[in-house]
Amino acid sequence: MGAILEFIQSIPYDQLLIQTLNGIVTGMILALIASGLTLIFGIMDVVNFAHGELFMLGAYIGVVVLATSGSFWLALIIATLVVALIGAALQITTLRPLLGRDPLTTILATFGISLVLQNYALWQFGPVARKIQEPFTGQFTLFYLQYPWYRLVIAGLSAAIIGGFWLFLKYGTFGIWIRATTQDRTMAQAMGIPVPWVHTAVFAIGAGMAAASGVLFGPLVGVNHAMGLDWVLKAFIVVVVGGMGSLGGSIAASIFISLLESYASIWVSPAQAVIVSFVVLILTLLFRPTGLFVPTPK
Amino acid sequence: MSVPETPTEPLVSVESLHTYYGKSHILNGVSLHVGRGEVVGLLGRNGVGKSTTLKSIMGLVRPRQGRVLLGGNSVAGLPAHKLARLGIGYVPEDRRIFRLLTVMENLRTGLDRRGVADARKQELLDKVYAYFPVLAERRNQAGGTLSGGEQQMLAIARAMMLEPKIILLDEPTEGLMPRMVWQIREIIEALHHEGVAILLVEQNVPLTLEASQRVYFMEKGAIRHHAAASTLKATDAVVQQYLGV
Amino acid sequence: MAATPSIETAFPADAGREGAPAPVLCTEGLTIRFGGLVALNSVNFEIARGEIRAIIGPNGAGKSTFFNCLTGVLRPSSGRILFSGEDITGLSPDRVSRRGIARSYQITNILPNATVLENVRIAAQSRRHGWSMLTHYRAYGDIFDKAEAVLQSVGLRSKAAELAANLSHGEQRNLEIGIALATEPQLLCLDEPTAGMSAAETHETIALVRRIAKNLTILIVEHDMQVVMELAHRITVFHYGAVLAEGTPAEIQQNPRVLEVYLKT
Repeated sequence: MGAILEFIQSIPYDQLLIQTLNGIVTGMILALIASGLTLIFGIMDVVNFAHGELFMLGAYIGVVVLATSGSFWLALIIATLVVALIGAALQITTLRPLLGRDPLTTILATFGISLVLQNYALWQFGPVARKIQEPFTGQFTLFYLQYPWYRLVIAGLSAAIIGGFWLFLKYGTFGIWIRATTQDRTMAQAMGIPVPWVHTAVFAIGAGMAAASGVLFGPLVGVNHAMGLDWVLKAFIVVVVGGMGSLGGSIAASIFISLLESYASIWVSPAQAVIVSFVVLILTLLFRPTGLFVPTPK
Repeated sequence: MSVPETPTEPLVSVESLHTYYGKSHILNGVSLHVGRGEVVGLLGRNGVGKSTTLKSIMGLVRPRQGRVLLGGNSVAGLPAHKLARLGIGYVPEDRRIFRLLTVMENLRTGLDRRGVADARKQELLDKVYAYFPVLAERRNQAGGTLSGGEQQMLAIARAMMLEPKIILLDEPTEGLMPRMVWQIREIIEALHHEGVAILLVEQNVPLTLEASQRVYFMEKGAIRHHAAASTLKATDAVVQQYLGV
Repeated sequence: MAATPSIETAFPADAGREGAPAPVLCTEGLTIRFGGLVALNSVNFEIARGEIRAIIGPNGAGKSTFFNCLTGVLRPSSGRILFSGEDITGLSPDRVSRRGIARSYQITNILPNATVLENVRIAAQSRRHGWSMLTHYRAYGDIFDKAEAVLQSVGLRSKAAELAANLSHGEQRNLEIGIALATEPQLLCLDEPTAGMSAAETHETIALVRRIAKNLTILIVEHDMQVVMELAHRITVFHYGAVLAEGTPAEIQQNPRVLEVYLKT
């Protein structure tokens, strides 16, 4: 009994609050990346191993635009649009011809794209990490620490982007097309919906979202050609834990896992805190393989 | 057998279709045609290839040999969504409405097309709600919550949103109560009055003979008999042969 | 391996027709519920040794569900299945197979990258020497004899060395029957054996079933009425998960309830 009381007293509540904020911030970035991934999987059964590289490409384009124009927001917009176009081009040239074949072929194709993009970035920008300057500095006092405003802003922006996309799905005509195609590709075609183009558009949207998170997250970490790897791994874990194809599920899972990791880093080093995600993944696969945040299928 | 020839060039015509599922030779030289505004029945037991014939017309299954013609022009290789835009509506066996979309959203998948004025869209919607009042009541309910008969109505209504020239109806009365079967019969009649052609695949012989002008009988992947519906009764030997035991 | 092994030596004639026809398979009140849906409704079914019985009925009548129950793929909600007097209700599919019920499937289940002979040999080996791990399979001459006899009976002996994937559709479906035969069953369940076949292939399969029926009891689910009429001694008609009628082909053809169900008159 005494040991428990001691433990409760020893929990650093100020750190807990800071890590909650960190968890939410990271969670929202992860949600932005994972949403695109789960959307792409849900509608066309493609496991996009190049998703992390689209994130990385977005960050690099952000670097370039920022350097030439000096505007962070312009960098964000242009990076999103350019990578969305690149994503559409990739889908049309490499993934469309593979529709209906063994899923292994699309995995190999996207893996190949990821290698190409990584090495292109290495060749173009070199191995030294670049920096994106955050659009505004400024911090507020949280206990004895200074917490950057910028972090809260990116969490808010990510939430806004995801929220905007959710509204688009729910109300727009194109949103109906996407949802119909996800549910029944064949009948969507029979209703005159140009399914191949819906696939391309969704891939482009997913790519754009990944790029946006690349730019938003850029100031927090260095921008280098390998930055996609860590994130795509986390994104896959989130997609599985949240339920493949479920947008709400991946958002909930992103925040859940990020919070757990942040809390864990109070007691262990951040590198070790990553273990938490894998534990959650294994438990999910063992006990609720369709996803923690989706209703169990009958 | 003397069969009344369709007065004008057929709307949809299928010539010597051979379709395979893997190695399974499902359609073995199917030829049939449907004239503008005609109701044509396609009768046969399970597994003879009736649904596959409809899917081949709709571009959902590629035949290995043979031609599909729409208004005299070959539609070979066109994807299903183009055929839908060209005026072919498809109501599959087991309905396949979008379960997670509302009734209204289901209708919108066909309604939201380019080149259709908003006023026209509203007209279409009103017309369909007049045909199917229960859909109007349930317009904001998810498709998956509808009963079997209501889903069948939604499936037909959804196809009507495309303003099709021909509707391919696959066993619309299967699993429905007699009262609903009667409603389907009335809808087919109403569509016929509007000049929409219908290719009706069914196992319900009396309904088909009543609703159709001409009837094809299919067996083992080929058309075996073809007659004017008015010359047939459900008790005829030929009906027994292709549908009975 | 000297002379061509014949069917009689490959299938010892213990499934004779002498004596009173004791039911080789019998179900009592067999019921399956999926949530609120009653897929099989208290089915009482009996088939005598050596009989060829066809099961027909409209879509969703429960024919495949019945087969799945007999072969252990589905567990019944209530009722019993008795095979040669033993209760096999709820046994797993491999156990059911070992007791002597074999099944061919609607979607072909052969090994496409193995030869025709190999496909059948592997099935034969499951019955004998299944667990031996040290002896090379080539040492088991009896399995090869068995496999060749089976191929002979299904008309594929000349294609023994062909890759199964290269066979025509009809030949593949007949190979499927051969694989089931190689497990030395007492009861053979055929699930739509002529689906997707041409008229010529259907004729061949009808002849094949007649050939192998001499020492077996056979249950066939079919939609092709020609096959049913030519092969079946008796027909059972399923409808909404229950037995609607049972009788000889002539009786069933004239049964008014059956006509009503099939023609919806």
